[in-house]
Amino acid sequence: MSFLHGIAASSGIAIAKAYRLIEPNLAFEKRSIDDASEEIARFQTALSKSKSELEAIRDKARVDLGEDKAAIFEAHLLVLSDPELITPIEDRIKTDKVNAELALKETADMFISMFESMDNEYMKERAADIRDVTKRVLSHLLGVHIVNPSMISEEVIIVAEDLTPSDTAQLNRQFVKGFTTDIGGRTSHSAIMARSMEIPAVVGTKTATEDINNGDLIIVDGLNGQVHINPTPEVVEKYRAENAAFEAQKAEWAKLVHEKTHSADGHHVELAANIGTPKDLEGVINNGGEGVGLYRTEFLYMGRDQLPTEEEQFESYKAVLEGMNGKPVVVRTLDIGGDKELPYLNLPKEMNPFLGFRAIRLCLEEQDMFRTQLRALLRASSYGNLKIMFPMIATLDEFRQGKAILEEEKQKLISEGITVTDIEIGIMVEIPSTAVLADQFAKEVDFFSIGTNDLIQYTMAADRMNERVSYLYQPYNPAILRLVKMVIDAAHKEGKWAGMCGEMAGDELAIPLLLGLGLDEFSMSATSILKARSLIRDLNKSDMEQLANKALQMSNMEEVVTLVKSVTTK
Amino acid sequence: MAEKQFKVIAETGIHARPATLLVQAASKFDADIHLEHKGKRVNLKSIMGVMSLGVGQGAEIVISAEGSDEAEALAALEDTLRKEGLAE
Repeated sequence: MSFLHGIAASSGIAIAKAYRLIEPNLAFEKRSIDDASEEIARFQTALSKSKSELEAIRDKARVDLGEDKAAIFEAHLLVLSDPELITPIEDRIKTDKVNAELALKETADMFISMFESMDNEYMKERAADIRDVTKRVLSHLLGVHIVNPSMISEEVIIVAEDLTPSDTAQLNRQFVKGFTTDIGGRTSHSAIMARSMEIPAVVGTKTATEDINNGDLIIVDGLNGQVHINPTPEVVEKYRAENAAFEAQKAEWAKLVHEKTHSADGHHVELAANIGTPKDLEGVINNGGEGVGLYRTEFLYMGRDQLPTEEEQFESYKAVLEGMNGKPVVVRTLDIGGDKELPYLNLPKEMNPFLGFRAIRLCLEEQDMFRTQLRALLRASSYGNLKIMFPMIATLDEFRQGKAILEEEKQKLISEGITVTDIEIGIMVEIPSTAVLADQFAKEVDFFSIGTNDLIQYTMAADRMNERVSYLYQPYNPAILRLVKMVIDAAHKEGKWAGMCGEMAGDELAIPLLLGLGLDEFSMSATSILKARSLIRDLNKSDMEQLANKALQMSNMEEVVTLVKSVTTK
Repeated sequence: MAEKQFKVIAETGIHARPATLLVQAASKFDADIHLEHKGKRVNLKSIMGVMSLGVGQGAEIVISAEGSDEAEALAALEDTLRKEGLAE
């Protein structure tokens, strides 16, 4: 046996056989052939094998994933019957006497480059479809095995270099028990997916795909960031016991699902969830979320070739508001630009995207896009308890401009006879200037939500995508705690509330400090809520106030961590 | 030869699912069927051809069919376009 270290990206323990989600080797050589009709027959056989494979995948996708996902495979099937693709391939085999692999690859490549050169994101994605289909036919011509993750029918752990959204969309949640990948971190797509699927994951192992073979028994320890390959029976036994304990712990937490969140001395705080799409609501409800503290609307805008319409947005917002059944839903307006690109907006590349033209800065410039989103939100407001916040606010003037635009759209809708309810309007506090000036902001905003991922990177001047400066990502640094305190105190002085929606809000070591600093709302991954609730129920707010006060006077992060651990591990 | 002009009303144009439906409908017939848009003419039985046109909302398109079952083919395609709310 051997074992790998990685980053614990999603908690829990999985023990199952490895399923390698890895590209097969489809290399081939150019060959001259004697018998063209035999070669064409070989090509036809590969085509029909590919078709029946795709039909099976489509049928299964229909049942497991819905008509939407199945439609992708429907399109793939049509490509395999496309006369404009098939006829030229057969002609090429006949006239040039080349092998089917070459005729297929070269003909398909022509179409791929045609679609790729189109000035339209949707068309560019079609190139990927053709590439996918070509690979499948090639695999049959070459007699190599191609992976069909959607056809998995036994419990497995997925082993991959990395997982893309289209990979994970095909995975059957019933059988996929865990992930392990070579690359990635806590905020990479594979990690976020694993947490939303509530399965353990260890990412960034560097060599998982090298060291693990198909069918190896592996253990993914998402609590400690370890992967065991072909473990001894003793190790398996130890993990089974550990897993049972973890499951028992989860069952214990699950009892809190309908409870409110109170500290031991009776102080109430709200535990809310961060979501990206209406689909995430199920997890919020199952984990006892008391609201949605951050609805990241950018997912509505991503993976498509044009802006979402007002109607599409309205439907999504309405679904979330209705789904939460009167509980608060804080929607963040479009936070795009910087590292999150929308190719169809054609924004120029920037030297420092995190410091550039993004989020509210972009929205105040591209007002049509912003107004469409605001109208959709305002129209949806009567279906639940909506609150709106603007991201990346650096000056009070930006907030005033955003609010004025919102007010204009509201008046227009009212004059059209549409019901719009009163909505709290707040801001994300991610930029140090805003935290420092929070007392002035608090007079005008209805609430604050502290976005710690960005607040920390801007305060410490450390790019959170750069691994070499990752040691500067210090949520417990007293400098960060002081900024957080300024924001919370400023809100309370004006009778407003303060929440937090970064990673820090769900962090076991940060929660005691944040409770002590008086944070009103903690928004986190849905799967962290019950654990956080259990933790807070054991803490006295008055003790935590003292703890926080001590921490604020410390000189570095290490001292704070030692202090918190000394209190919470008792 | 049978042919008819349509105006695309679907917000998404003839992409993805609509393209799939049209190609599936066309492939059932023996007639040669073409789709024309902005002077470009493609085989309506070719999914890649149809998608490469990039037909958007408001576009004028012409569908033509030539062969023994040309009339039925055109009628079936018109039916698909209307039923799916793609064109008028």
